[in-house]
Parts: sequence; C-alpha cells; structure tokens
Amino acid sequence: MPAFPEAARTATRDAQLRHNLRKATHTIRDKRDAVVAELDDWSRLRAAGKAIKDRTLRHLDHYLERLEESVTAAGGTVHWAADAAEANAIVTGLVRATGERDVVKVKSMATQEIELNEALAEAGITAYETDLAELIVQLSEDLPSHILVPAIHRNRAEIREIFRDRMAAWGVPAPDDLGDDPRALAEAARVHLRERFLRTRVAVSGANFAVADTGTLVVLESEGNGRMCLTLPRTLISVVGIEKVVPTWSDLEVFLQLLPRSSTGERMNPYTSTWTGVTPGDGPQEFHLVLLDNGRTDVLADTVGRQALRCIRCSACLNICPVYERAGGHAYGSVYPGPIGAILTPQLRGTGSAADAALPYASSLCGACYEVCPVAIDIPEVLVHLREEVAARPGHLGEKAAMGAAGWVFEGERRLGAAQRAVSAARSLVPRRLPGPGAAWTDTRDIPPIPEESFRSWWRREGRHGRAETDAPAPGQVRRERPEQSEQAERSERPEQSERGEDGRR
Amino acid sequence: MSTSPTRGTRPGGGSRERILARVRAALADVPAHEAPEDVAVPRAYTPAHGQGATVELLVDRLVDYRAQVHRAAPGELAERIGLALAHRRAQRVVVPADAPEEWFARTATTIVRDGGGLDVAELDGMDGVVTGCAVAIAETGTIVLDTGAAQGRRALTLIPDYHLCVVRADQIVDGVPQALPRLDPARPLTWISGPSATSDIELNRVEGVHGPRTLEVVIVE
Ligand code: SF4
Repeated sequence: MPAFPEAARTATRDAQLRHNLRKATHTIRDKRDAVVAELDDWSRLRAAGKAIKDRTLRHLDHYLERLEESVTAAGGTVHWAADAAEANAIVTGLVRATGERDVVKVKSMATQEIELNEALAEAGITAYETDLAELIVQLSEDLPSHILVPAIHRNRAEIREIFRDRMAAWGVPAPDDLGDDPRALAEAARVHLRERFLRTRVAVSGANFAVADTGTLVVLESEGNGRMCLTLPRTLISVVGIEKVVPTWSDLEVFLQLLPRSSTGERMNPYTSTWTGVTPGDGPQEFHLVLLDNGRTDVLADTVGRQALRCIRCSACLNICPVYERAGGHAYGSVYPGPIGAILTPQLRGTGSAADAALPYASSLCGACYEVCPVAIDIPEVLVHLREEVAARPGHLGEKAAMGAAGWVFEGERRLGAAQRAVSAARSLVPRRLPGPGAAWTDTRDIPPIPEESFRSWWRREGRHGRAETDAPAPGQVRRERPEQSEQAERSERPEQSERGEDGRR
Repeated sequence: MSTSPTRGTRPGGGSRERILARVRAALADVPAHEAPEDVAVPRAYTPAHGQGATVELLVDRLVDYRAQVHRAAPGELAERIGLALAHRRAQRVVVPADAPEEWFARTATTIVRDGGGLDVAELDGMDGVVTGCAVAIAETGTIVLDTGAAQGRRALTLIPDYHLCVVRADQIVDGVPQALPRLDPARPLTWISGPSATSDIELNRVEGVHGPRTLEVVIVE
C-alpha cells in the first residue's frame, strides 16, 4: 500500500483549514459588499465615523472624564487600569467581593488581550465563555483565529468531537447522540449554557462603544448570550479600552450603520444592548466600568499610528486580506489578527521582540484593508511607518524582522506546498471519497478542488517582483528566530494534543 | 473618584491620574487652544435613505431575518394574537404588567402578568412572551424595546423561547438616525433584528442559541 491515503489525509486536513477559511472570508465579504452597496452615502458615513473617532482621540482626556462623570451619575463605578495586571487585579477583586467563584463572559477582545480568564483562574475563579465560537475555543483549549468568528478554523465534525469530549467537564454534557448538524450543535450549546446563565451572578463583558455624554455602554451581538450576561447577573463588570469612547448618543447613528454592515454583512446584527449605569428592578444592580490603557496611550502618542485606535473591530480587513486568508489568525501571535493586528499589536506591545517587529511586514501592502475599513484607517500607511521604525533600530533588526515575517507568512504555505506536491502528483487519482481509513474522513468533509498549479508554484513563476517581504528565508532560520511563533503554529495544528486538562472543573 | 473600592490596588493608587497624564502627554501635538468641536465632523451622510418608514419595507426586512410577520387592523389584533398563540400551542405566556387587556380578549392561552416577581426559572417555564415595542426601524428590520409601555423588564423577552411583538405603524421610522432621538439612553435598550442567530459553525445561519428562537411580529395599521 503506497503512502497515498496517509499523505492525502494530511493534505486534506491542512487544505480543509484553508478551505474553511477561504469559504468563510469570501462569504462574509460578499455579504458585506451587498449591504454596503445598499447605502448610497456609505463613503460619507465612513468619513463621519473617521472624523468622530479622530475628534474623540484628539481630546481623549476630556471624553474620558466626561464618561466617568456620566457613568458615575447613573450609578456605576469607574476604575482605571494602566496595564493588564492592574485590570486583572481590579476585576479579580470585584469578583471576590461578591463571594462568587464563577463568572459568565460576553465575547470581548479586551479581556482576551489582558488574559483575564487566566488571571481569574489563578484566583480560583472560573470564567465561562458564552459566545458559541468562544465556547468551542475554550472547550478545546484552542486559540481564537478571527475577531468575529473565533472558531472559523473548525468544521462541524471537529466541533461535534469537542462538544462530545469536553462539555461534561465544564457543566451540562452534550447529548449522547449528538450529530454534526449545525442546528444540533447550537442546541447542545444552548442546553449546556442555559443552566449556567440562570444561576451565575457575575458577568464580565467588553463594549463596542461607550458614550461620553450619557454614560451608555453598547454591545452588539447575535446569539443572545450577550443579553443573558448583561441582564441576568447581579453584578456586571465591563472592561473597556479607553479608545472605545464616542462623544454623544447621536454619534451612534453613524457607528450602528457602519459596524454591522462591515462586520457580519448584515443590515443590523440580531441583538444590540445598551445600558446606562444601573436600573432599579431591571438587570444588574451593581455595574463596574474598568477603563483600560495597556499600551493604548503609546499608540496615541504616535501621530501616524494613532489612527489604529479608530478601529471598531469589525474584521472587514481580515476578510479581505490575502495574507490572512493564507496564514490564518493564529499566525499573528496576538488576539488581534489580520491587517489591524499587524499594526495594532506592535504598537501596543512595542517592536522590541522579533515577533512583534515582524508584524509590520506581514502584508503585501495591496491596500484592500484600507478600502474596506469603515473608519478609513490607512493600514498600509501605518505598516510602512512601523517598518521604518523597525528598520531604524540598531543591529539590522529590520532586516531580520522582514525575513522573519516572510517566513511567518510562508510557513503555512510551505507546509501546504509540500502537501500540494503530494496531492498534485496524484491529482487525477483523487476520488471524492477516500479509500480505506480515509473514508470516515471524507464522508463528513469536502475535498477541495485541487488546482493544477499551486499558488506557490505560480508565484515562483510569475510573481516575485523583488519585494522584500516575499523573500522566504531558510526554514531553520525562521524557527530559530521565532520559537514562540512556531510553537503556536504547531499547537494550532494539533490542538488535540493539548496537555492542559480539565482539572478543577467539576 | 474616591468611591472606587479598588482605587489603590497599587501603592499610591493614582492610575486615573497616570492614564490621563499619559493621554495628555501623547496628545502634545494637539494645539492647546483646540476644542473638541474644532475637529470637524462632516455629517453629509443621508439622514434617511429615501425608502420611507413604510410597513412594506419593515415586513420585507423582518422576513429576510426569518421572523414571522402579520399585518392587522386595530380591530383584528386580538384575533391575530389569539391565532398566533393557538398555532404555537402556547399554554402559558408571560406579558408585561401593563400590556393592554384587549390584546388577549380572543385567546384561550393562560396570560401571566409579570409584576417583576417571576424568577428566571418561572420565566424559563413559559411558552412565550407577548410585548409591544418602543420603535421599529424599517430599513434594518429592527425592533427596539426600551422597557417602557407594554414591554416589561429585559428578562421577559430574553428567556422564553418565543416572542410575539406588537408594532404600531406610528412606531415605525425610516432608519437608525430617526430611531435614536426617539429613545432615552437612560433606559436599558434592546434592539432586536430577527430572532437570535449564530453563524459560528461553518457560517451556517442557525436561528436561536440563547435568545428566543422564534420572533413573530404583528404590525397594527
Ligand atoms: S481596522 Fe478597520 S476594517 Fe479592520 S477591524 Fe478595525 S475597523 Fe474593521
């Protein structure tokens, strides 16, 4: 027996990931195009969104003080956290003060950025993610790979396995006969989480917007898990980056049009919740707002890079980016993947490490991200600006970073290339259904069409116009320079080998 | 703000002052005399997209979200509600304490009025909820609840699996810009655009994960 079934199996798995990613990003961006085209004033809304955010950022101290005042007047308590450690300490302290050991969470980038769940776990507090995709990621000890659809790299069969194997350790188990129909999987999540929603008394959220003049917090979501967390618990703690403030209530008319259409490609997301302090007799009776800096003031100080703080996390730039589509979200080594991650992460964390210094090179500078960005962040401009900064560092770090980034982009390509060669050789032999042990695999999955020529090989022939970022270095060099990246890539490829167990969980 | 219980997690506290000082230092390029209003915001966008606050548009958008929609004259409302609840085979539905009596004149379903006393488990045991709304946005198919008249507290429309919502034609506005001035930010708001939905599994839209899986709307005109 030749090694073909084995080789094809591996190739399919790798290609499956890309297939998922490609299908997802293209589907979302087609939907986005359609609903954006419905509004003939899109470019003017975009200009307004950009200007409102610029006004806010240029006078951020004023708007933060105003926000604090209005939240406090409405019965909330405002806390200020200079960095991740302080934010985590504040939240941990607040949860401890309630005497509770469990919290439910609304999907939030800010709390991922500060690694709040891990900090709470150290304090003996369990944080339960309640967004379906975040639940999948949490149960499988995986990492999110997309801002909006964090489990975009998982297919239904994998999700069924995760639910069947892991749900019991976290609460209500999955039903024995769980199939892989998305409807059944969503139902399993509903049952699993409902009991938790009905009895958990503390919730942690982020916010999409915080309105300075009214003290109103705004969360957009789809599933209702957000509404559950924002309504049922007694205490609500919201961790919000200082850049999320917008001046006035009526400014929301711009962002509530820009965000859903850019993000999920819907005219409006299924649920938007707004709340202002506390309302007697309805919802949480204790509300804490934790305003998070954690590097944002450093971004603000850079007059070119400052525009990254306009970001409303719609993820349109991820869905359009050719590099993201190939590399996937994990490759960026940050909770902020894609083009926005490539400019935000090195600004938030600095370019001191090789990993972060490489991020400004993780782009082809094609400009598509700027075109789709609803707040007109000129991502290519900031990328070039950051490259200059990296290149100005002593010791040719810039050059190394460029090399590192190229390797980082092509790391996945290299693996794919190897797999493609294996499959291409037998292209005419690839059946819709694999023989032998591969059958179970293909019964539940599409084998993507195998192109006659891989992108890599096409690129080798046609591309390569001497751009620095396309010069892939020797693999060994990449691995030496970027050990943590490689490790992460490995982990994302083989999450089933994750060692961390479910100890301590019921 | 000395009211913060966690102020002082660091020696001397002062994160508020530290962050504000960092913000001010970071904005050294902003001229001292510049006021926020000096940063122009071009508001040349269209206040309404010319489609109007029409019932037709709202229906189209709601149906697009896979909500069930009915249109009724005022005199037909009770009949319509009765039919919907019967079709749903609802035994017991919860309604806000101030929901109009006449809505339920033609139903055999047991109507439970919520005075705020029902706990979440009791709400979970209900077959549905019937409410009014504050505003409906035609262009986006959005219904906004502000806990005002005939809407009740937020948990009511969240926990039961079925939500029947009555929208009066005069509550319909064109677009998002027309909705905001009608709403009081001091109240907790819930904007609903179709039933709860997820697209997290291979981007297949599945109605309902946690919120009501069925949204039924009766438009009274
Ligand atoms: S940078 Fe722009 S396109 Fe990208 S996530 Fe942020 S707002 Fe969206």
